[in-house]
This record gives sequence, C-alpha cells and structure tokens, in this order.
Amino acid sequence: MIEIRWDWIAGHLDDVAEKTWQHLQLLVIPMLAGFAIAFALAVLALRRPGTIGPVTAVTGLLYTIPSLAAFAVLIPITGLSLMTAIIPLTTYTLLILYVNTVAGLRSVPAEVNEAADAMGYTAGSRLWHVQLPLAVPLIMAGVRVAAVTTIGLVTVAAIIGGNRFGGLGQFITEGLQTDFDTKIYLGAIGSVILAFVVDGVLVGVQRLLTPWSRARGREG
Amino acid sequence: MDDAEPAGATPGGATIEFERVSKHYDAAAMRRGAGGAVEDLSLTVPAGRICVLVGPSGCGKTTTLKMVNRLIEPSSGRILIDGADIADADVTALRRGIGYVIQQVGLFPHQTIAQNVGTVPRLLGWDKSRQERRSAELLALVGLEPGRYADRYPSQLSGGERQRVGVARALAADPPVMLMDEPFGAVDPIVRERLQNEFLRLQEDLAKTILFVTHDIDEAIKMGDLVVVMQQGGRIAQLGAPAELLAAPASDYVARFVGADRGLKRLSLYRVGDVVLEEAPLVRQDEQSEAVRRRALAAGDRFVLIVDDLARPLGWVDVEDLPAEGRIREDMADPMSPLLDRRDTLKDATSRLLDAEVGSGVVVDRAGRVLGLLTLAAVMDWMRDDRSREVPVDIAEAAAEAVVVAAEEHGEVPAGQP
Repeated sequence: MIEIRWDWIAGHLDDVAEKTWQHLQLLVIPMLAGFAIAFALAVLALRRPGTIGPVTAVTGLLYTIPSLAAFAVLIPITGLSLMTAIIPLTTYTLLILYVNTVAGLRSVPAEVNEAADAMGYTAGSRLWHVQLPLAVPLIMAGVRVAAVTTIGLVTVAAIIGGNRFGGLGQFITEGLQTDFDTKIYLGAIGSVILAFVVDGVLVGVQRLLTPWSRARGREG
Repeated sequence: MDDAEPAGATPGGATIEFERVSKHYDAAAMRRGAGGAVEDLSLTVPAGRICVLVGPSGCGKTTTLKMVNRLIEPSSGRILIDGADIADADVTALRRGIGYVIQQVGLFPHQTIAQNVGTVPRLLGWDKSRQERRSAELLALVGLEPGRYADRYPSQLSGGERQRVGVARALAADPPVMLMDEPFGAVDPIVRERLQNEFLRLQEDLAKTILFVTHDIDEAIKMGDLVVVMQQGGRIAQLGAPAELLAAPASDYVARFVGADRGLKRLSLYRVGDVVLEEAPLVRQDEQSEAVRRRALAAGDRFVLIVDDLARPLGWVDVEDLPAEGRIREDMADPMSPLLDRRDTLKDATSRLLDAEVGSGVVVDRAGRVLGLLTLAAVMDWMRDDRSREVPVDIAEAAAEAVVVAAEEHGEVPAGQP
C-alpha cells in the first residue's frame, strides 16, 4: 500500500512551485526555439519543395537519438546549465513541428492562394495573413503533440540534471534515490497534470485563433 | 496603372489590348499541369464591354486571361490597359486595380464575408470605416443583406452566395477591368441563370471592361458583347458580336461549336424590352363593368386585363363574363398567362409562352407595372429583321482588327469536344 505524505508536500510547496516553474521554462523555451526553426524551414519548403526530403530526414534522425544519451553528450560542453536540457529538447520538437507546419501551409487550397495573388497580396503578406492563419489547425496539432512529449522528456533530463535541472522530474529521481514514494508520485502525477493543463491551454489558444473553423452552417 | 487608389464608384472601364501575345510552355511545365498555350493573339476589348473567350479546355483561354493580371507572364507580345503596357506596372498595384473572379471563388476561409469583400481596400490602405462602408455597400449590391452576411464565414454560405461574395470582392476597389474565369461554373443551373442575369444588370450601371472565360457557348452568347471563339493553340477561330457568330459562323469548327440550335440561341440575345410590344387592353378594378364591356367590344378585344391602382396586372377576364351591372372586381380575374419581365431574354420569354400554351404574355417593368403584351408573332417579326440590325461601332472595330486564323487551318474539332 502506497502512503502519500501530504504533510510533506504541504511543507514543500515552495519547492513544488519552483520545480513546476522550471518545468514550464524547459517546455516553453525549447518549443519557441523549435517552432522558430521549424517555421523558417517550412517557409523554405514552400519556395523550394526539394528541401522537404532532406530536412525531414535530418530532423527525423535527431528525433531518434535516445534522449538520455543526448543530455549526457552535452554535459562536457554546456555543463549543468539549463542549456544542456534546452538544446536536445528543442531538437526533439523539430520533426513534428516541421512536418505539421509544412502540411499546414500546404493545406491552403490553390484557389485561395491564387485569389490572394490576384488581389494584390505581396508574397510576405500572403504568408502572414492568408497561409499562416489557415495552417493554424495543423500547426497546433503538432504543437500539442510536441508540448506533451517535451513535458515528458523534461523528467528524463532530471536523471542527469541532478538538483540543477529537470523540473518536476527531479522529484522522481530524488524519490528513487531516497526510496521516498511521495516524491516519486509528486513528480510523476505533477508532470501528467502539467501536460493536461498545457494541452488544455493550447486547445483554448487554437479556438481563439481559429474562430472560422467552428463556424459551420450549411454547406454547398 | 500608377494610380492604385481608384475613384469612389465611377462607372467605366479601360481598354484592354493584346498585341501579338504568345505564351509557350516547355515540356516540364506541361507535366506540372500548365494551361493551354497561346499563339500570336491580337485582340482589343473595347472599354466598358464584356468580351467572352470561349473554347474547349486547353485552348488557352484561361492562360490569356491570367496574362492580364500577370499571374502568367507572356513569352512575347504586349498587353496594354488604356494604352499603358502592363509589363511596366508594379505587379501588386496592377493586380489591385483589376477585379478577379474564379470558379472556385477562392474566398479566404478564415475571414468574415465583410473582411473578404474588403480585401483590396484593406491592401490599398483605406481607413477602417471606409472599408466597412464599402463592404456593406457591395454586399447590398450583389443582393446579400449586409446585416445578415457581414459577420459570417464563407463555410456558412451556399455556393451561390459565395459566388456573389466573390463578385463583390472583385468590385470592392472599383477596378476598371475585371477578369472572370468561369465565375458561375460551380453553381447549379438555376442559380447560374440568376447570377448571370443579376451580373448583367449590374454591368449596365458599372460598365466595367470585362474579360470573361467560359467553355459554355450559351453563357458566352448571353454574357458577351463580343465573343471570341478560340481553338487549340490559343488562336482565334472567330470573333464578333454574338448575333454575327450565330448568324454566320466563319468555319465548320465555329458552326459545330455554337451548335445546331443556333436559331434558338439567337433568341437569347434579345430582351423582351427590345421588341415592339402590343398595347394591352387594361381596365382598372372598380371601373363600371358595363362601360368596360362596351369599350372592349368597340376595340374588338375578347379579353381585358384587370390592373390595380398602380397598373400592376391582376388577371384577365373574358368580356362575355362581365356582369351587366356593378363594378370590375379583382376576383373576376382568371389566372394569368405568364408574366414577363422586359429584361427577360426572348428565348426565355418564348419558352414560357410555349410552355403555358398561350400566344402572348403580359410584360411588366421593374415595379411590376404593365408595359404591354409580347406575342409570338412579334418575336417572329423581330427575328426576321435581325440581320439588318447594326453591330455597335466599337464591337465591329474590334472584330475588324483581330487576327483570325485562316479558314483552311480549321481542322477537325478535337475528339471529345462539343
């Protein structure tokens, strides 16, 4: 029978808040960096479709590197700084964000792009005001998967991050080392709750960004 | 085309001239699905006219259209709008000054109807309130109540409504030139007919210069002031006013393309209002029955048409059935023969008369007031005089200038084409 010591948790709320905050940083920074890179590459893909194959291959390769190994490899270079976690977490987001952004931008119907050109949109404003908004549903699908994946991977980073990084994952590693179940459950359940909350927020963001996709009346 | 900001709502168009324009595609482009090639095309579209390019698929009509707003750049030759070479214009400014309507409409799904309509005004930097006013004005113009439609999204509209929005969007910045590629091709025949009629009505006031592409010869004849029949390779097989094309096809190819029913098609060229109407024997309700009967007998009318105080028809009544005493009442009227609008085509009007098995129909104006009677005999007389009727000067000039492929070049119609 598992005993959770609520009193211990109650006494360490500061710690919980701090580690949750770090978990969020390790989510948001890699996601933003990953999205910036993936978006730039996706825009390149629109102009030069020949780049899609190689870019998918490289981001796919990065995705296959075992996460623990990636963190370990970086320790000699970036030490025990947050960077050691941020770099691999970023590269893990690339594949899904890239593939979904390319799919999203390419999902814009040809006649919509043609109409935009014929109305006198410049290439840049067409990208921002027509293609990007219409790509949002597919991009957000990728962002949600990448976010939930990243939240999980942060806990893995804790294995080598010691007491420096790893967000809520640090509770898990500490709990395993000291054989203290409460910490293990706190880290595991906390990170699952975080994933649900973040996903819920992202769904909300998508709804705000795409009021048009819910407007369904009669068709044809 | 330097003046990217068009005037408020001034009607009028610009001349479009094609000077020996060619567009060739290499093999790679053809594999990617490039349109038909165009060969040495010279053509003048007079200002304020609708010029329809019609031909089988792959004849280069869409290519020709898209060269005007430079979605496709010609391989050689020049295109002039009001005398200015479009190759010298800034391409986005050029496009903002040309309306564009396509079959798939291409509305922006993420924008409301008002935003869609306001696209070009927004790109031109009009202030917000002016954009909104313009959008509302245009929605009303194309028959969509702004209050109901402005805040909806394209997915909430029917195909016909979307097509109207497409037309409104193209008109938003009041461009002198409009390009329309099968604009009514994606809607059912009833809606298409209505949209065509409404568009012609709009064009009466707007007088834009319109280049219109279709594969449907009936649509070409109905919509065009000038019809250009094209054949494979982007060459002109015949060019002229619709009546000329139907009365005297220049080749077998054109004759087959316009179809065996070209006599009926000629009827679609004219409107009820063109024909001399017979005077209708009108009586007002509340007139003394006996007086009406005497008047009708004197005029030799067996039936008289009862109208209300605003001269709107209520129905026919047999003079024999009129009571000797009292006044004419609405309920004496028999069901009406077809009511014809003076803007209906003769083809539609004749068809409705034949359908109702009557020899004449009541013609009304926009307010529903009786203008007179259209009889089948009058239609016959009109058609008999058709050939002597004159073609407008600008259309005749455009036809005279165009380079038409020599008659001996007309080969067989490609397999599978009409």
